[in-house]
Amino acid sequence: MALSDSEKIFLEKIDQDVRIEPKDWMPEAYRKTLIRQISQHAHSEIVGMLPEANWITRAPTLKRKATLIAKVQDEAGHGLYLYSAAETLGIGRDEMIGQLHSGKAKYSSIFNYPTLTWADMGAIGWLVDGAAIMNQVPLCRASYGPYARSMVRVCKEESFHQRQGFEILLVLSKGSEAQRRMCQDAIDRWWWPSVMMFGPNDDASPNSAQSMQWKIKRFSNDELRQRFVDVCAEQVKLLGMRLPDDDLKWNEERQHYDFGPIDWDEFNSVINGNGPCNKERLAARVQAHEDGAWVREAALAHVEKKRRRYA
Amino acid sequence: MHDKQWPLWEVFIRSKQGLDHKHAGSLHAADAAMAIENARDVYTRRMEGVSIWVVESKHIHASDPGEAASLYDPANDKIYRHPTFYDLPDELKHM
Repeated sequence: MALSDSEKIFLEKIDQDVRIEPKDWMPEAYRKTLIRQISQHAHSEIVGMLPEANWITRAPTLKRKATLIAKVQDEAGHGLYLYSAAETLGIGRDEMIGQLHSGKAKYSSIFNYPTLTWADMGAIGWLVDGAAIMNQVPLCRASYGPYARSMVRVCKEESFHQRQGFEILLVLSKGSEAQRRMCQDAIDRWWWPSVMMFGPNDDASPNSAQSMQWKIKRFSNDELRQRFVDVCAEQVKLLGMRLPDDDLKWNEERQHYDFGPIDWDEFNSVINGNGPCNKERLAARVQAHEDGAWVREAALAHVEKKRRRYA
Repeated sequence: MHDKQWPLWEVFIRSKQGLDHKHAGSLHAADAAMAIENARDVYTRRMEGVSIWVVESKHIHASDPGEAASLYDPANDKIYRHPTFYDLPDELKHM
């Protein structure tokens, strides 16, 4: 099939690392892929506020409470950067929110796990945000301009999230026997879901090749996952804790850590709505949206009233 | 209940005195005052700015990227507009 002129120009730009901007011509499939990926990313930030907000009122010190509030506020901000990037592709905010609430759009399955102890705030910062950063840094060079620019902003802020998390665990790791147990328990529960955050293995990820060709993705799921495992396997030593994987060991030949098999049944089951908190998370979002409806209406009514008064 | 959308606003931020306002992103707000307040919370949580402009997105008019070539191309062959085009002796100072 012959390429149209517009298509040739588009592919040339991709090839030369020239960013695609909102008004440029782009293939419909590129637009759709981006809308799906960016909106899911935005939804993940918004739903991702819930597990941590759970601990704001029970943070152990004022410093930890202030930090946690700032972090959750950042996540709201990240969601908003990303929604506005998606909107440049021609989808409305209300449509995206509707897709989240109806279950049509997905969000990162990691947020369907519960936050049982304070140590979970540490493990989420270190592992969940760590995995997110590993994924997001290459997205700062994604071929779609507004997405790449949002990701630059997100990555700048995300670094504090990971560091504060590791610090929480570091303090616990030097604490009492009970605190050390709590630290290890949180790592045990968050490790595998974090490893799964990189998505299916490359041979089971049908959209990956196209996304890499379009330079939306720069590295494959398995490449990024390996990098994450390598980094964490070293960092965990500083905590004097262990990652819950008996097969984890350095492979001199590969110059990487080998690690055990991933339980994809669990991953698929959580994605398909059967994780421990799927229903609770979605219900919380829908309720917040419905409870806020009168505020959105009142604000518009107020603007309308002012407009009439000064007209 | 009918759920009407707040309009979309483009946000421009001056990162410090002496620099231009630069496009930062967009957001939804009922009016300009709310757009500025929201922009402060969304785009300047870490001292990224000292001044904010907002304008409703529908008021922005943009050039057509399809015409970029014909719009900007002529500038390319007018190299005599650049100081390096002129061949002058090395001894010439302060120019």
